Amino acid sequence: MSEVRSNAATVKFDHVTKRYGSFTAVNDVSLDIEAGKLVTLLGPSGCGKTTTLRMIAGLEMATEGRIMIGGKDVTCLPATDRDVSMVFQSYALFPHMTVMENVEYGLKFSGVPKKEITQKAQAGLELVGLAKFGHRLPSELSGGQQQRVAVARALVLEPQVLLFDEPLSNLDAKLRRHVREEIREIQQNLGLTVVYVTHDQEEALAVSDRIVVMNNAVIAQDGTPRDLYEAPANAFVADFIGEANIFDCEIESVSKAIATVKLGPVTLKLPSRGQTPGPAKLAARPRRIELAKAGAQNTLPGKIAKSTYVGSHAEYVVSTDKGEIFIISQDVDQIHAPEATVGVAFARSGPVLIGA
Amino acid sequence: MRAESSTAGFHPTVLLWLAVGWIGYAVVPWYGLDDNFFLLGWLLDGYPLDDDVAPALFLNLQGQKLWLAPFALLLALPLTLYGRNRNDPLFGKLLIAVGAIGMGWFFMQGFGIGLRGWNFAWLNQLFGELDDRQFGMGYGALLTVTAFLFLFCVGLAARGAVGGDVFVVSAIGFVVATVGVFIFMPVLQMLANALVTPDGGYSLGSFISKIFSERLWSLGCFTGTRCGVALNSLFLAILVGVLTTLLGLVFALVATRTGFRYRRLLRALTVLPIITPPFVIGLAIILLFGLSGAVTQFVSGIFGIQPTRWVYGLPGLLMAQVLAFTPIAFLVLIGVVEGVSPSMEEASQTLRANRWQTFWNVSLPLMRPGLANAFLLGFIESMADFGNPLVLGGNFDVLSTEIFFAIVGAQNDPAQAAVLAIVLLFFTLGAFYAQRFWLGRKSYTTMSGKGDAGVHPRLPSLLEKGLFTVAGLWAFFTIFVYATIFYGSFVTRWGIDYSLTLQHYVKSFSIGRTEHGIHFSGAAWSSFWTTIEIALISAPLTAAIGLVTAYLLVRQHFKGKEAFEFGTMLSFAIPGTVIGVAYVIAFNVPPIELTGTGIILVLSFIFRNMPVGVRAGIASMSQIDKSLDESSLTLGANSWQTFRKVILPLLRPAILAALVYSFVRAMTAISAIIFLVSARYDMSTSYIVGRVENNEYGIAIAYSTVLIVVMLIVIGLMQLVVGSRRIGRRGVESDMSQSRTNVAAPVVQTPGAG
Ligand SMILES: Nc1ncnc2c1ncn2[C@@H]1O[C@H](COP(=O)(O)OP(=O)(O)O)[C@@H](O)[C@H]1O
Ligand SMILES: [Mg+2]
Repeated sequence: MSEVRSNAATVKFDHVTKRYGSFTAVNDVSLDIEAGKLVTLLGPSGCGKTTTLRMIAGLEMATEGRIMIGGKDVTCLPATDRDVSMVFQSYALFPHMTVMENVEYGLKFSGVPKKEITQKAQAGLELVGLAKFGHRLPSELSGGQQQRVAVARALVLEPQVLLFDEPLSNLDAKLRRHVREEIREIQQNLGLTVVYVTHDQEEALAVSDRIVVMNNAVIAQDGTPRDLYEAPANAFVADFIGEANIFDCEIESVSKAIATVKLGPVTLKLPSRGQTPGPAKLAARPRRIELAKAGAQNTLPGKIAKSTYVGSHAEYVVSTDKGEIFIISQDVDQIHAPEATVGVAFARSGPVLIGA
Repeated sequence: MRAESSTAGFHPTVLLWLAVGWIGYAVVPWYGLDDNFFLLGWLLDGYPLDDDVAPALFLNLQGQKLWLAPFALLLALPLTLYGRNRNDPLFGKLLIAVGAIGMGWFFMQGFGIGLRGWNFAWLNQLFGELDDRQFGMGYGALLTVTAFLFLFCVGLAARGAVGGDVFVVSAIGFVVATVGVFIFMPVLQMLANALVTPDGGYSLGSFISKIFSERLWSLGCFTGTRCGVALNSLFLAILVGVLTTLLGLVFALVATRTGFRYRRLLRALTVLPIITPPFVIGLAIILLFGLSGAVTQFVSGIFGIQPTRWVYGLPGLLMAQVLAFTPIAFLVLIGVVEGVSPSMEEASQTLRANRWQTFWNVSLPLMRPGLANAFLLGFIESMADFGNPLVLGGNFDVLSTEIFFAIVGAQNDPAQAAVLAIVLLFFTLGAFYAQRFWLGRKSYTTMSGKGDAGVHPRLPSLLEKGLFTVAGLWAFFTIFVYATIFYGSFVTRWGIDYSLTLQHYVKSFSIGRTEHGIHFSGAAWSSFWTTIEIALISAPLTAAIGLVTAYLLVRQHFKGKEAFEFGTMLSFAIPGTVIGVAYVIAFNVPPIELTGTGIILVLSFIFRNMPVGVRAGIASMSQIDKSLDESSLTLGANSWQTFRKVILPLLRPAILAALVYSFVRAMTAISAIIFLVSARYDMSTSYIVGRVENNEYGIAIAYSTVLIVVMLIVIGLMQLVVGSRRIGRRGVESDMSQSRTNVAAPVVQTPGAG
């Protein structure tokens, strides 16, 4: 049995809070992570992602709330006794041990018979494509290889949950794409439960089954990549996941979950998403806004402030009464020159109402 | 969840300590024996029934020493925990209670009942005359109280202390207990003497007048008379601290950062003074610059100057101490200089800093912890140095010798000694806090878990030249001093008769043959073997307790950590003379009766030298990134396994430094030893000082030479055993010898293959 398998389990946070002295790093977070899924914690630096992850690992103890792994309460269990492995941002390979010894390390403490330890470790190294590098020292590997050793070392323990803390941040851009696809592939092939921390929204959208966006120690939104992109719950998420233009608008009326929205001279009919009449905010992706002739019906008058042709598309900044709007246009046959007056039109599906 | 090891039956740790406790109570003799315990002679001496060798159980069964009987009950109670899980509240509470009551009762009976029945008058009044008595405690007692201590710790851990970690709680408990018994208790007993008046009463007034006396604080040396003892010590210590730190840094840089070809020679040279009993350098200085010294005679011959005693006092002391203590600074700094991550320096260079700017702005600041440590060590070593002031001090009185003379001299004034000790402590602790303040809260972590790849840049060439010059001059001086020592050991009578002879060696180290085989007939053999034995026993113990303490300080968070740190570092600030006197006072009578044994020597070495292990450990450990421990923990290792498999191997340079240093200190120390040696356990240094007092300089120097050679050999062997830390840095594999803490002669590096 010298192959790496999965023991994927669920993770549940029940109103978990972590304080350092009077400072709250994680505030009343509740989470449900399904077994066999890759869930990303996404958010700007300092929002509490690492702290959340370390509480899953048992490296930090929750100040309040309960943490369950595989249905068992592990709130007070230290890291040693949790069946969770973690890949550190710095990799944390033991510099005095060879690659092989590093990978065997955890197996030695798991009651695996001696003979199997080597086989398993070898299988782990094969899985990450480093079968021939067992005898090297970590310092004799490139950054990407070190990173894969760290992954193998965590994988071979067949943990209930595998944790990654910004695993790609020390890699160059090309490798990043490659490694993240590898991680995703291994996760899907083995059916692992993975919690993955990153501050890079593109990375999060690419690898995740589900994304938990955090901001200022709380969860801003929790959903599939598509949910987050298409239906952000608030301005922060809308802006953090892909770019968005945020407008102040006025909901005039709501009927049958369709809101009539006034944005200056423009009137839009949009899904109300629980909003009630009154002031609200509207988020629109740059690709969901079009340029029309100046004065066209139901458009916002504006003037081109900046115009950039980038081959596959054109990018504009248009100044209007409602502020500067960033627009990406697929129409490259006719490029609007700066200073030209235009009308800004909104695609029928695309703009989303969010809470004021 | 990871499989919990055996939950049924007994918790294995509890079982272990219960077994130890019962062995102590029921199997091993409770009281101290006249003979060496490990020779097992007691087994034939009427064991187990005879009073002298009986275990506590058999004494109690015979109706004697019934105050020991409660231990049986206490050791039986945890048996009720059979089958209970450690999360059960009763589990923790019972163990805490048993441990605490056991330890409490242990010390109460120990201090309460002594050689003449009750030790205190009020106990006599309360319970009436006791017509039994007890002697110093032995191994049985030791095992039993150890068991109580650790049961207590297991209990605390089960109740959730320090995250429920048994290893960490036990380690803390052990360090606290031993430091308490072997440092605080004796030192407090001695300091209590500061309040004692000559007629046996207590007085605060006389204490105050003593502590602010002219004798200590006079500024006379600025107006032509003499300065106070305290100021002399302070002045000397600051000078020595600064000079040794600078020189140590120079050598560390030359040894690791330059293309210097004779680095190895330099290393060997810097090591020599470490393995030399300090007063030997003092002696050599006298042989060279004293009234009838070789250099003095030579110079006065040429220039016709009248020889003076200028070298006795500050100049000679400064020379001797800088020679003696620079290598300590070197040892501290070389680890730090190597530990500075090359990629930091490379990063700096890519940020357009030139070599000099890189050195000044990156390398040097990263060495700050090392510099501060080196200064602190030099300062405290100088304050505590006893041998050199004894030989070279002249009219320049310092605190350490004053303490000695206050006790053994005609004054015989323990109160004065205690006052002087308080002043000394004030200075050393002040330095300790100044250092902490200077370091602040910055992180100096440079060894990340990433397996650092990179090469240290060369130093600016002007700096390099300067370093070579200083190192060269110093090397020359050192060689000169040692040549003097070596030559002096073959000279019939220095200053009078320079003819060569072997008589000093023959007298001390001759080996005869008798019909029983080889017979060590030389006069020095007995003290020589004792010294080796004691040093070999205490070195690993010192290193172990020092590194465990460092681990607790750097890596663990627990309540009272500040106090813990203060306590463990305190012995650092207590000079040997004080420890010596304190031990004599505290361990002369039951319950801990150790004077005249070898154990008291070992203990004094362990607790005197422990801070060096702690310092070395802290310095290296704070350069190991915490994510290494954490990843080990998430990989399923517990804290003990993490300590053993990850931290210890990465600490090899620190272990080696601690081992070497404590071994060497044990071989060369004199200050505490001079109070603690006995006819049976005489040590080399006190024997040599005895020769010096008899004006047998030849024998003294010959013996010192032999010691130096022996230490060189032992250090070489230790280096082989401990090995080096193999983490590899790009580009220097072929020259690994330069990038590790190489203390002695070069050792062949085993090629790192698999
Ligand atoms: N040990 C600590 N003590 C005090 N504050 C901490 C500690 N660890 C993290 N923090 C604070 O908690 C917040 C969240 O940190 P972290 O979880 O590391 O953020 P990130 O989302 O960037 O990973 C930060 O503001 C950080 O300063
Ligand atoms: Mg982080």
